[in-house]
Amino acid sequence: MKEKLLEKLRSKRNDSILTVEEFRGDVVITVRKNDLPDICRFLRDDPELRFDCLRDVIGVDQYRPEDRFEVVYNLYSLPHNYRFFLKIRVDEAALTVATVSDVWPSAEWYEREVFDMFGIGFEGHRDLRRIYMPEEFEHYPLRKEFPLMGIPGSLPLPQK
Amino acid sequence: MTSEGLKDGFLTTRLEDIINWSRKNSLWPMPMGISCCAIEMMSFAGPRYDVSRFGSEVFRFSPRQSDLMIVAGTVTYKMAKVVRKIYDQMPDPKWVLSMGACASSGGMYRSYPVVQGIDLFVPVDVYVAGCPPRPDAVLKGLMEVQKKIQRGEKPGQKVSYIEEHRERKTARETAVEA
Amino acid sequence: MMATRTLPENRILQALEDQDTTVSFDDPLENEMVLNMGPQHPATHGVLRLVIRLDGETILGCVPDLGYLHRGYEKLAENMTYFEYIPHTDRLDYLSPLANNVAYVLAVEKLAGIEAPPRAQYIRVICAELARLASHLVWIGTMAMDVGALTVLLWGFREREKIQDIWDIFTGVRFTTSYTRIGGVVHDMTAESIQATRDFIAQFPQKLGEVERLLLKNRIFIQRCEGVGVVSKEQAIALGMTGPILRASGVQHDLRRDQPYLVYDKLDFDVPVYNDGDSLARFYVRLEEMKQSAKIVTQALDAMPEGPWRTDNPKKVLPYKERVYSKMEELINDFMIVNFGINPPVGECYHAIEGSKGELGFYIVSRGQGSPWRLKIHAPSFCNLQALPLMLKGQMISDVVAIIGSVDPVMGEADK
Repeated sequence: MKEKLLEKLRSKRNDSILTVEEFRGDVVITVRKNDLPDICRFLRDDPELRFDCLRDVIGVDQYRPEDRFEVVYNLYSLPHNYRFFLKIRVDEAALTVATVSDVWPSAEWYEREVFDMFGIGFEGHRDLRRIYMPEEFEHYPLRKEFPLMGIPGSLPLPQK
Repeated sequence: MTSEGLKDGFLTTRLEDIINWSRKNSLWPMPMGISCCAIEMMSFAGPRYDVSRFGSEVFRFSPRQSDLMIVAGTVTYKMAKVVRKIYDQMPDPKWVLSMGACASSGGMYRSYPVVQGIDLFVPVDVYVAGCPPRPDAVLKGLMEVQKKIQRGEKPGQKVSYIEEHRERKTARETAVEA
Repeated sequence: MMATRTLPENRILQALEDQDTTVSFDDPLENEMVLNMGPQHPATHGVLRLVIRLDGETILGCVPDLGYLHRGYEKLAENMTYFEYIPHTDRLDYLSPLANNVAYVLAVEKLAGIEAPPRAQYIRVICAELARLASHLVWIGTMAMDVGALTVLLWGFREREKIQDIWDIFTGVRFTTSYTRIGGVVHDMTAESIQATRDFIAQFPQKLGEVERLLLKNRIFIQRCEGVGVVSKEQAIALGMTGPILRASGVQHDLRRDQPYLVYDKLDFDVPVYNDGDSLARFYVRLEEMKQSAKIVTQALDAMPEGPWRTDNPKKVLPYKERVYSKMEELINDFMIVNFGINPPVGECYHAIEGSKGELGFYIVSRGQGSPWRLKIHAPSFCNLQALPLMLKGQMISDVVAIIGSVDPVMGEADK
């Protein structure tokens, strides 16, 4: 299944694929950020691939000077019982990614969580609000520079 | 209240004592069940560790009809506003029992969204330690609240600490047994 | 691109208005109202807040508001070693704590390249299935209580107390156990705990039969659950639902069978799938799952081999405690592993198990240090709650409770 997937992706868009890694049986394919919506639509609609289930959208802060963030999409194909990970790199200067919630509706809340925790905006998202932290919170907790105990005074507490 | 009086068919007491006695034996808890401790609170109300024998027959989820708020679970900053609002809605006299490590002091979560102890915004009467405390420990906590009420102490002023009671054998006792 | 800063309540109300509210029903009152089913509510199964838009009694749209139990799990994981994080995983899906330990430890073992010995794997299967039973017993109690049958709550808790007694005997703790370790389990399953488990499983089907007879012949219960909150197969897959509610919509998917882990490929069990997609189908799926779990536990107890319960890998697995106190190398290994962590190789991997609510998975990014660089928890309740607005649309306000009960969310894992 992995070979079929790679062959189809290469035949459709060979220049988008940046790296293909495999570790302990999990395949991670890195693609170019701008080609993401086309590739996702292709992965869902192609009759031989049928990746109909987006399991998760994961944000990672690699804390390096360029391409600081990564967004990993956990894709699962129910008919073929195969899972792989699609990764894109996001630079801090251009902190927006096209949304995939029109391809897989389950992406709505996952992308909201990535926005809440990292500050990565998703263009075209229907309702991009914070999901875990209160709406007035001004920082992005899972970035590496945010301290574990939080910033004093950033969250209000009622009076005794 | 003496037993000699009961033999004659009546007893004499102070008004305060009888009011405190009836208050302590009919504490209706307001379960602020937030996370894992809520499940142990359900066990505490369940068939084995029955709390209705202590007078807490009904767990009123409406703050207007309850007098003891049991805060069970981790309180985050987002939830603190809600807990305080519910505490304010309860009529006087009201008592607060902080169940578990998370409510008492933030517990194992030293992190950005967790309030490190509900006594930062609500006056607490009894703290019950444990993660989660066994239902027997919460029953002991309830009994301590009852003792506080019988003594006539003002709610929210003096605090007492309860720990889970475990039998620890000394090294000598285990050596003797072996 | 980001919206201008407005008051938070306005943002939620704006989201509620923007929702697609084309619902047609018999007699619209033409009188809309917004109702807040707040975080403190007896029937929301934890701190879930729903802002519902109503026309009379019929629901036009709903916006769930999460985050009231957000405890910062993922940030905590980056600051503590892999071992220190095991008690935190207990508190994720707090109704089935042993299963979460198993899920996390399997993900770390996959990353580090260790495999637990066979006896430990069988013990883990028993733990996971008992955890599933305990979680479903609370579910059946609370769902029946929400619909109106209070007796079932007390019966469910009576059985759950027996399971908690078993856990007390063999892990030492009633509730949040932290029983598994990387490379095995804490200590062996003694003959006493095996006998206690057997006794419990022997009397369990009869008790479950009593509950079934009480609920399934009851016209009120059936009418409250049938046809309520219907989700079709395509919608269920597109919205990312997982677990029993996915199987109640006709999708044949169970990670124990499709991507087997531990020793599930050696055990014989059925996976119940129903096609209706309503609350009653979800009820039936979980009821059947309980029976199958009892069957799995019996098979695992019979097939469990003798042997060690922790692997022998000095750099990554904690050595046995009696050797730590008497031998030098084991003491050094224990010290290094506890203080500096297990240092798995650089890379990223994912492992998921079929928990009682669905697919519970951990995605770990490691940079070779003792603590993970990034740990992402795939929580099934978070995915299932996403489908709630769809399930509630067009239903009556009194169905909200039955639907939430059938979805069975646990906010500890949905909010992480």
